[in-house]
Amino acid sequence: MSFITGVGLTAFGRHEGSSSLDLMSKAAELAVADAGLTRAEIDGVLCGYSTVAPHIMLATVFAEHFGIRPTYAHAVQVGGATGLAMTMLAHHLVKARVVRHVLVVSGENRLTGQSRDASILALAQVGHPDYEVPLGPTIPAYYGLVASRYMHEYGVTEEDLAEFAVLMRKHALAHPGAQFHEPITVTDVMKSKPVAPPLKLLDCCPVSDGGAAFVVSRERTSETGVRVLGCAQAHTHQHVTAAPALSELGAEIAIARAKQAAGVAISDVRYAAVYDSFTITLVMLLEDLGLAARGEAAARVRSGYFSRGGEMPLNTHGGLLSYGHCGVGGAMAHLVETQLQMTGRAGNRQVRDASIALLHGDGGVLSSHVSMFLELTR
Amino acid sequence: MSHGKRALADWTTGAEAIVYQSCAACGSLQYFHRSFCRACGAPDPIEKRASGEGTVYAASLVVRAATPETRAHVPYNIVLVDTVEGFRMMAHGDNDLAIGDRVTARFSQFAGRLVPYFARTKS
Repeated sequence: MSFITGVGLTAFGRHEGSSSLDLMSKAAELAVADAGLTRAEIDGVLCGYSTVAPHIMLATVFAEHFGIRPTYAHAVQVGGATGLAMTMLAHHLVKARVVRHVLVVSGENRLTGQSRDASILALAQVGHPDYEVPLGPTIPAYYGLVASRYMHEYGVTEEDLAEFAVLMRKHALAHPGAQFHEPITVTDVMKSKPVAPPLKLLDCCPVSDGGAAFVVSRERTSETGVRVLGCAQAHTHQHVTAAPALSELGAEIAIARAKQAAGVAISDVRYAAVYDSFTITLVMLLEDLGLAARGEAAARVRSGYFSRGGEMPLNTHGGLLSYGHCGVGGAMAHLVETQLQMTGRAGNRQVRDASIALLHGDGGVLSSHVSMFLELTR
Repeated sequence: MSHGKRALADWTTGAEAIVYQSCAACGSLQYFHRSFCRACGAPDPIEKRASGEGTVYAASLVVRAATPETRAHVPYNIVLVDTVEGFRMMAHGDNDLAIGDRVTARFSQFAGRLVPYFARTKS
């Protein structure tokens, strides 16, 4: 078995003067303390990457900086799916008794450490170097392509997409650590600057500074335990040009495998934490995962289904769209929030019941997927 | 980026052509050049020149670009085209292209390079 025994999250936004290592350390310190552990008890380290300060041995650099000597440590790179991929690996590492407590950590000063152009350019490199990148696409354009097709096939409208930006902002308003604190409306989203139509500025997550961390342990360290029930991955392509049909994307494959591994059904899920780099990402993933029927996710937002008081609260911290996106730590915030909800520690954001949660991460252009189920055990 | 040995030059190396590969063993097509078939692994798929005819599969207009060179071209339309030969490719296209449009390729200059550019096929 494995448990998420501690979580740590910084505010997202501007952390002027903080390095990636600073943000990682801050989140790691919070997570280790939250688990009720000391640094010396951490024997495994998994970390993401920093586009601001790339390093071929980031986990080792971090371990030295943080002042620990783990028996197992390395970085993991699967784009936006990295956080959950690390969690899946940590789950298997503790289950296999390789280590007892894995610190999963990431942080990046992506907003203040480099220009927005540099961030956009670095991320566009997920495209094919010969057949895509020379055409000058951006990450929003890759997702804009997918959005155009999805909207065409399933009758999703730009107003439908906008509902998700509004929902994430509404959730972020209840979290002091979120990057954005101004409420927005569907009209605001529709009127926001076009970036890569059909995607507009408010359909896109921001670039942020921030850090997130958690501890995955073999045994629980407090009375309430958040247990990893089961998880799975799927990798169907890297480049959008080589993506399969919309009906054959990796989210559907990963969730089918994860359901089998966890022995649960979607109807058992009480809380959802789903990757939301763009509004279209969230729509597609919710429908691929079976949290809404094809073309009906927006109707579920309008009916309050995904709201804090709804049947399936979704990203109650505000998600990447409004809590913020600092790289790998961005999607890790989804897991931090999930753990807080499951342990009843989400304060004014607390939902009624988060006893079984579904988390899903996506890297590249819907290229790499990780689905995971967590269960509250008392 | 190394392409391995190529029989036909294409737009990625500055020639006005779209080239794809066809596997002699299993018949699979692939657009990204490799020295083997990605479906069955057979070596040396045959290189063929595409007609430049196809149908728009998806489109997204880049309004916010990230470099001075590409910014000079905004807005430019990024399209995925399903070619009549049966492979999918990314290219530029007219800004008003819609999904399902029949299109024909020409070539244009973009940020100092030659790129494929699709316009609606004249009937």
